[in-house]
Amino acid sequence: MTDKLHHMTLTETAKALDAGIVSSRELTQELLGRIDRLDGQLNSFITVTADQALAAADRADQCRAKGEAGPLTGAPIALKDIFCTKGVKTTCGSKMLDSFVAPYDATVVEKLQAAGTVSLGKTNMDEFAMGSSNETSFYGAVKNPWDLNAVPGGSSGGSAAAVAAGLVPAAMGTDTGGSIRQPAAYCGITGLKPTYGRVSRYGMIAYASSLDQGGPMARSAEDCALLMNAIAGHDSRDSTSIARGVPNYSEELSAPLAGLKIGLPKEYFGEGLATDVGNAIQDAIKVFEGLGATVREVSLPHTSYAIPAYYVIAPAEASSNLSRYDGVRFGHRCENPTDLIDLYKRTRAEGFGEEVKRRILIGTHTLSEGFFDAYYKKAQQVRRLIHQDFLDAFEEVDVLMGPAAPTPAFDLGAKKDPVSMYLQDIYTIAINLAGIPGISVPAGFSNGRPVGLQILGTHFAEARLLNVAHQFQQSTDWHLRRPEFAEENA
Amino acid sequence: MQWETVIGLEVHVQLATQSKIFSGSSTAFGAEPNTQANAVDLGLPGVLPVLNEQAVAMALKFGLGINADIPEVSIFDRKNYFYPDLPKGYQTSQMYHPIVGRGEVEILLDDGSSKIIRVHHAHLEEDAGKSLHEDFHGMTGIDLNRAGTPLLEIVSEPDMRSAKEAAAYLKAIHSIVTYLGISDGNMAEGSMRCDVNVSVRPKGQEAFGTRAEIKNVNSFRFVERAIAYEVERQIELIEDGGEVIQETRLYDPDADETRGMRTKEEANDYRYFPCPDLLPVVVDKAYVDHLRETLPELPAEKRARFLNELGLSAYDAGVLSSSRETAEYFERVKDVCGDAKQAANWVQGELSGALNRDNLDIADSPVTAEALGGLVARVIDATISGKAAKQVFQALWNGEAESADAIIEAKGLKQVTDTSAIEAMVDQVIADSPAQLAQYRDAEPDKRGKMIGYFVGQVMKASRGTANPQQVNALLKAKLDALC
Repeated sequence: MTDKLHHMTLTETAKALDAGIVSSRELTQELLGRIDRLDGQLNSFITVTADQALAAADRADQCRAKGEAGPLTGAPIALKDIFCTKGVKTTCGSKMLDSFVAPYDATVVEKLQAAGTVSLGKTNMDEFAMGSSNETSFYGAVKNPWDLNAVPGGSSGGSAAAVAAGLVPAAMGTDTGGSIRQPAAYCGITGLKPTYGRVSRYGMIAYASSLDQGGPMARSAEDCALLMNAIAGHDSRDSTSIARGVPNYSEELSAPLAGLKIGLPKEYFGEGLATDVGNAIQDAIKVFEGLGATVREVSLPHTSYAIPAYYVIAPAEASSNLSRYDGVRFGHRCENPTDLIDLYKRTRAEGFGEEVKRRILIGTHTLSEGFFDAYYKKAQQVRRLIHQDFLDAFEEVDVLMGPAAPTPAFDLGAKKDPVSMYLQDIYTIAINLAGIPGISVPAGFSNGRPVGLQILGTHFAEARLLNVAHQFQQSTDWHLRRPEFAEENA
Repeated sequence: MQWETVIGLEVHVQLATQSKIFSGSSTAFGAEPNTQANAVDLGLPGVLPVLNEQAVAMALKFGLGINADIPEVSIFDRKNYFYPDLPKGYQTSQMYHPIVGRGEVEILLDDGSSKIIRVHHAHLEEDAGKSLHEDFHGMTGIDLNRAGTPLLEIVSEPDMRSAKEAAAYLKAIHSIVTYLGISDGNMAEGSMRCDVNVSVRPKGQEAFGTRAEIKNVNSFRFVERAIAYEVERQIELIEDGGEVIQETRLYDPDADETRGMRTKEEANDYRYFPCPDLLPVVVDKAYVDHLRETLPELPAEKRARFLNELGLSAYDAGVLSSSRETAEYFERVKDVCGDAKQAANWVQGELSGALNRDNLDIADSPVTAEALGGLVARVIDATISGKAAKQVFQALWNGEAESADAIIEAKGLKQVTDTSAIEAMVDQVIADSPAQLAQYRDAEPDKRGKMIGYFVGQVMKASRGTANPQQVNALLKAKLDALC
């Protein structure tokens, strides 16, 4: 059993812990050992919190001994380094926060601790979550465990790679334009972006506040449901979190799919979609038809405006959100500033990487006098149209399906032109603009690199998405495939 | 050429909430630097604002107090600029959809007339921290205790035409916010500050001249002086063939002048956009109606009532209604003594003089309204003379006793109204003053009125001030005339 510990899902982990096959401490030690041995090649962690993890594992074991264990007690997880963790360095993948130790825990972190999970550390990410390949991180690129020449996707690339490589069964990510779903697809794992407002953003370092949403990344939809049970819900510290009852996401997983109406947005199967990816998605659709679902084509007519609208709104919000990194109170400060302007200029020039600077400049420009109406206001109008597209589609069908990304993971360093990088998010970005939930599940391979199927639902349809994904995973084994890299002795 | 001054004011009022507008930190003034700044106030990564309902309620009360439109929805925007005491690099404010719409404020002018100043809108925003330039040897200290204190910015229309009107407007705003209890109005502690927009134009011209904005003026007096200086500067500039440029200026009270800070070209582009961390504020009618019911009587209503129902002069009504404390004090005195005019005279006269002399606020008066009311009541029922009353007031002021009655008793100041007792004193004084009596007799009858004063004085002296002067006067006149 112990040689398979690192392949277990959270659900299996809970069973093994309950059965006394392994203790939380043993499991934690095993995974910390793997991180120690393997992560040098992957670079999926920025900070490993071994001591805190072992202490938390001991607490979990004591809790279990007293018969007080819940479904996540002792479950090892990792946190994208965008979540503030009290007393632990929280870098957001940036030199700007290289020395920043958060004095408080994010709401999501508090909730996961309360559920008894054991955090192994903080995972690598694109700087300030700006990127689709994890190459913008100050801490260096992350490698894809399926192919060390490929990117893991981004911005939650570290979380995706760590889960795929068997370093941790699940991790938290965040998704502003696809940052959970695209790396989940590239790394062959399951990743859910919840409805905007479903999971608290308090303590989650802001990139684009009206789009950011935290969510689970794991080896199965069942595991994502377990994590959602722990993290979803209203938070009085986040005004945009929604006061609405949280269902038990695990309970609805087994509902049969007979009669499920699936819509295929025709705009998601057009030019730019790699043939292998398209074929894998079509095969997945057939699985659903076999489960009794009906399929029809739908249209999301404003899809082509999603990327331009996103690249106005997100940088605008980012330009403002990142103003606080000024060298005055925390984070990087340049040496020997001659005056205030020099302090600002050099601190920010030194502390931010190229992509972050690019987006701050774009956002500053689009918000400036004389341009606001043409850019920001227009983009918000487009956003409403995109939102309406989805509402119209969900009048006709229960869920939408399509590829999570147009291609499988690309090679490290392959996308030098920012716009070609931005186009990787063509199928994920509109979902954030509309605020609806989406999940990516493994659905095949293209030249040995995973392909992700994206399933979308209307607002607060997470339980339905997890049910649909789980039923797919009961009929397929894509999610059970493990990269060779994960087998140390292979 | 005749010039006309045009003035508009932006008044920043710190709201008297317990905690900050977007965080739970205390707003108390004067704490050790940075002891009232939590993660939200420091703008740490990941923190989010949560709107303080008390700040919303206070802003709405102000709106109701000036009969303003209350829009159903207001929206917070971010005003982006870099400054060390602005932790997030933006100020959360309301640019396009303020919480309070158009309203009106009535101001009182020195000639007793009044004028309506229109309020364009009032919006909520957060205060910045403070930069401390002393004590840090070439460095700047940052104190973020003030950061996040709720501010209501009240923006007037350019309706004022003189420095006096601007000061009167500022006083009216001060009086409204303190009446409503939404601010302590303490200008010395920065609870109220204002930016003044000033321009001049040839009398009769409709178009406005180019304006200058004088930032952060923090006293009634400085507002008048800054405007006076600025108007003169602009007129001189134009008359010398120059042109006023649109710019931000600073008033230096020590030099008594305004100085240019930055011109419009150098001005920040604040890149306003709706704050994505805060939801639009939706105010339903029931909530507004509920707040309306809690409103106290405001200065304008009070003034009208003092004038029309209590019969006070326009001047007294204006002064006595100008602050909530003064009005409450006066009304208490009136209730205790039962006479509004007498109460007004005493509050405006003896009390106000003593307060000014000792530089005290009415709230700190050593003489309570009850005690003063009790004193005035004794004047009205003729228990004591006006002269004795002043003595009693002084004793109350010195804290010699709690009530006027106790002092009257202790000092034996009770007025003698017993006619026979007074008559005896009058007879004695006439008997003791043969020379004065002779003069009185010899005088022309129309001169005698003045000469009677001597005798009155002697009788009052003999009674140690306790004789009723009216009675003494009447008796003396009768007796002396009988001797003529």
